Amino acid sequence: MSVKTELTFTLNGRPVTLEVPVEMTALALLRDGLDLKGTKYACGEGECGACTIEVDGVTVNSCLMMAVDLQGREVMTIEGLQTNNALHPMQQSFVDHGAVQCGFCMPGMIMQANYLVKKNPDLTREEMTRGLEGNVCRCTGYSKVLDAVAAVVGAKQEA
Amino acid sequence: MSEIEQYLAPENLASALEVMAAGAVTLVAGGTDLTPQINEGRRSYAPTLINIRHIEGLSGISAPDGHIRIGCLTTVSEIRQSDLLTTAAPILCEAANHFASEQIRNAATIGGNICNASPAGDMIIPLLVLGARVELASWKDGGVVVRQVALKDFFTGPGRTVRRDDELLTAVIFARPAENFIGYFRKSGPRPALEISTVSLGIGGNLTDGRFSDVRVAFGAVGPTPMRGKNTEAALEGKILTPDVIQAAVVAARKDVTPIDDIRATEWYRNHLVAVFTEELLQNVCQN
Repeated sequence: MSVKTELTFTLNGRPVTLEVPVEMTALALLRDGLDLKGTKYACGEGECGACTIEVDGVTVNSCLMMAVDLQGREVMTIEGLQTNNALHPMQQSFVDHGAVQCGFCMPGMIMQANYLVKKNPDLTREEMTRGLEGNVCRCTGYSKVLDAVAAVVGAKQEA
Repeated sequence: MSEIEQYLAPENLASALEVMAAGAVTLVAGGTDLTPQINEGRRSYAPTLINIRHIEGLSGISAPDGHIRIGCLTTVSEIRQSDLLTTAAPILCEAANHFASEQIRNAATIGGNICNASPAGDMIIPLLVLGARVELASWKDGGVVVRQVALKDFFTGPGRTVRRDDELLTAVIFARPAENFIGYFRKSGPRPALEISTVSLGIGGNLTDGRFSDVRVAFGAVGPTPMRGKNTEAALEGKILTPDVIQAAVVAARKDVTPIDDIRATEWYRNHLVAVFTEELLQNVCQN
């Protein structure tokens, strides 16, 4: 029997309190404990970015983070991006630009892209490329991903 | 895999150290090295898991009297973005800029990168160039005891250091570099992001009227630990960086390193990169 501990944090704007096995990763907690399947498990070692979530306003690989480390923190997953059943502008832009191929890397890619644009509204294409270095797409459709992010940056600048 | 019997998230240093003094613990903060090592079976948990995240006073970058102090929980992203370090020690920001990926930089801590003691640890190289020391805290006779160890003497082998199991690395400290300090960092891997360095190299020193002094050179991934390049330093100390001096430093650098063939590169290629990078960084210094 593994040791459990009580964990309280904010998940997509709502408080959550539950018991977790102490060796569980944040990714396993989200997917298996809380049934939020949007965040993907792929490499399990921080190389691919499919498990990207936001914790206290910065993106991290949830496969490397221990669930217990979420204590007291604000967590946002891909499920927290859309509001009132409407796609988030970043999600919509990925759809509009044909950036989605098989789709498996998309939740992580969109979480990271959204974070980059929030952090720097004047993001250049080079900064996008650097910022998305930790997100791997095996369909290798990177230019359309960059087009999609650039469109969101452009729309924000015009607004 | 061994079982965790106890999980603790202490809020002050003394209570963490008291537990560490009592028995074997696994420490976790960002988890970016620990989690893959556990998953791959290269490491197992001690009976007590301590999350050091909530310990007060272990985070942040400060400048106490002529020094720079970086708390062990400071993330690589915080180092990369620090205004203080951008001004005072840009070589650290440069290394942080080439560290893993943004998601990992946001989670990985400087204390973790040092204690993981990888021969290829990217943040270690600029810290060696800056002549850094680490602060190790432990619990003795009912109080907190702190000792300092020069980072160049900290590593004893791949993944091994002089840190005792009951000690917590609380901070890394270095003297604020002089106004005329110049330092450069270079790493190589097959792609720019998320690469464990094939070779990494740092060179720094004070440049006065073309003369290079207080020179420190550090190499990563070309020996069992990150290391200072004593021969290279001697070849450069107090010299004007003429083409002859640079060539002598390149020869010395090849003597300093003891690379091996492994999955990432051959010994021959690593030696080649050491020569190329040494020359390149010294050319950079010359351009100041």
